[in-house]
Amino acid sequence: MRHAGWHRVPIAVLAVLAAVACTPGSDSADERPENRPAGQVNTDAAAMGEVTLTVWDQEVRGGQEKQITALNEQFQRTYPNIKINRVARSFDDLRTTVKLGLTGNDAPDVVQVNNGKQDMGAFVKAGLLRPLDGYADAYGWTRRFPDSVRRLASYPENGDSLGDGNLYGLPQTGELVGIFYNKTTLAALGLQAPKTWDELDAALAAAKGAATLPIQFGNLEKSAGPYLFALLMHRFGDPGEESKLATGRAGVSWLTEPNRSAARALVDWVDKSYLTSGFAGLKGDDSWANFAKGDGLFHINGTWLTADLQAAMGDSVGFLLPPEREGTMAVTGGTGIPWAVSAKSKNPDAAAAYINFITAAEAMKVQADNGNLPVLDADKHAKAGLQGEVFAAWQRASTSSAVVPYLDYATPNAYEVVSGAVERLLSKQVDVEAFLGALQADLDASRGGG
Amino acid sequence: MRCRRTWTRAVAAGEPRRIGYLYVLPALTVYVLFLLLPLLHTGWLSLFEWDGLSVGRWVGFDNYRTMFAEQGAGAAFGHVAVLMVFFGVFPVSIGLVLATALHRARVRALPLFRTALFLPQVIAMVVVAVAWQRIFAPDGAVNDALRTIGLGGWARAWLGDQSTALLAVGIVGTWVQTGLATVLFLGGIGKISGELFEAVRLDGAGAPTEFRVIVLPALGGEIGVALTLTMIAALRTFDLVFIMTPLGGPGGSTTVPAYEIYQRAFLTGQVGSAAAIGVAITAIAFTITFLITRLAGRERA
Repeated sequence: MRHAGWHRVPIAVLAVLAAVACTPGSDSADERPENRPAGQVNTDAAAMGEVTLTVWDQEVRGGQEKQITALNEQFQRTYPNIKINRVARSFDDLRTTVKLGLTGNDAPDVVQVNNGKQDMGAFVKAGLLRPLDGYADAYGWTRRFPDSVRRLASYPENGDSLGDGNLYGLPQTGELVGIFYNKTTLAALGLQAPKTWDELDAALAAAKGAATLPIQFGNLEKSAGPYLFALLMHRFGDPGEESKLATGRAGVSWLTEPNRSAARALVDWVDKSYLTSGFAGLKGDDSWANFAKGDGLFHINGTWLTADLQAAMGDSVGFLLPPEREGTMAVTGGTGIPWAVSAKSKNPDAAAAYINFITAAEAMKVQADNGNLPVLDADKHAKAGLQGEVFAAWQRASTSSAVVPYLDYATPNAYEVVSGAVERLLSKQVDVEAFLGALQADLDASRGGG
Repeated sequence: MRCRRTWTRAVAAGEPRRIGYLYVLPALTVYVLFLLLPLLHTGWLSLFEWDGLSVGRWVGFDNYRTMFAEQGAGAAFGHVAVLMVFFGVFPVSIGLVLATALHRARVRALPLFRTALFLPQVIAMVVVAVAWQRIFAPDGAVNDALRTIGLGGWARAWLGDQSTALLAVGIVGTWVQTGLATVLFLGGIGKISGELFEAVRLDGAGAPTEFRVIVLPALGGEIGVALTLTMIAALRTFDLVFIMTPLGGPGGSTTVPAYEIYQRAFLTGQVGSAAAIGVAITAIAFTITFLITRLAGRERA
């Protein structure tokens, strides 16, 4: 009698299994959101009635926080009928929670989605983002943003190749990975800012000869290694081919002569001890802090450091685009995280109006005033010193076809694979062929699976 | 034993005490809702190939089959086995020696030592990781010390070197867990009657014999507890490797199962395979706990 209740246990277990047992993802597989043509969308934000927009962003650091706060206030004043419910998270937090957010019933209206294949590409494939082409026509985004910028937030419906298909987001800022240099140290070596690769080689050798660290470099997080490799790819490669490689297009291969030369040149820098000793154990943040303190002639990094480096070094820091190869410029870069509209948003018109507002010409001035690099009209807002040099470089690069995307857009695992492979190449665990072979294997695997 | 059994029978002989289940109900509800159900759900997810977004594809036990064939997960389990030695075996061994020594020497400032030894346990793992990252940095304390004593040739980027990164993480693990083991053992030794020690000493036994004959047998239970806690800590290591050696460390030499789970579930969209690794960790943790309890229990008998 005491155990009379135990025959119910199997039934309970079955009931529990039934409760959890449905094919995962089956509840989120709604219909794909359709692209509504320009004639069918409403662009009159003041006439949209009382609306609450939930916005997930990652603009939480210094100047980013300032610009979005200012723009949100302006938007509220201009359109009092639209209430902004801002949810701010750090980049990493947003990236790990956005998947749950977009599939949940309480999805945000506007959300910042990283451009990569494992983020924006995957969401487009799952039908979680709304194509914005209709709005782009209605608001004139196609004229406002150069093709090179719009491509970095475009995907076909299968989410496969960045740069094709529909537009899914708009960025506010631009970024480049270029060469920061210490003007004081360079002058002490009796040199001018290098304009050609030969001059750069000469400057590196001169620094080494004078017992000055040629390149300040810290790769513990493995994020800085790919910047160096990409820089050297620009020395030997063609920006068009590099872009195809970076976005994993059909018919491209890593096993080419320019890529071999780039990898060999990188190993050569290691052999000549041009890089900080112990770079594999040095944190990226410590590395640029060392550069700011005057240790190192060059530092290869992104323009997101502009404000920090200018504050620390004043007039003694400069910024260079990679030297041209036979008159062709190529530079690694991209945009800030694009702002997208979720498929589940009940107010896509208001969401698009918000994105239009924060990427308008007036908004670009707010960016520049707060120390960010505006994606548009950077030349108009150029400031003095390092910021002026960076703004001019972006304006020049973004309006040409020189900007090559980061190397981690090619496959879903590209970030880990590329940064891991470069790290092994730098530590001589693999040779040039094995290094390129690892990159090619990842590309092949993603094609086989895709 | 006999006396307790009689007592149980006396109660059971009366009314069936079904009301007892009612008392367990609140705790059981919480346990089922927040532990058993998620665990079952994880097991269910591990049978699918799912990117977390689109509809999953049923693959049966494929995620488990490929787990050990595939390089990434296999290496991660290998690394965690090494970490278990650093997190469990070393701290327990060092802890036994330390506790015996502290007990024998009758140190004056024992509470001070105890607190100092236990301190690493109290500090958040993230802080520990950041602090040790500085110590192991190319211009950090370890290299400085080596250069000072003339071993500059040994100086290296500890966390950036494929051959030393896991070792460095393991040393931190030993540093963190030794305090826990020592404090547990000190408590255990304190419970041993002083007469026993006196008796062995009268027989002319030295410290090693004393340790073997009295301390070790008496600490069976404590060793079991210490091993269980530290082994589980090793199995679920994440924050330490995630911060000290980002992206799996140089050449992927410090990946651990928990890191693989994070990587797959949140970044590369392999939720099914992540769930399978999670289930595997749970099974391993269960087995280890079971074995340790059995062995420690037997030692005591």
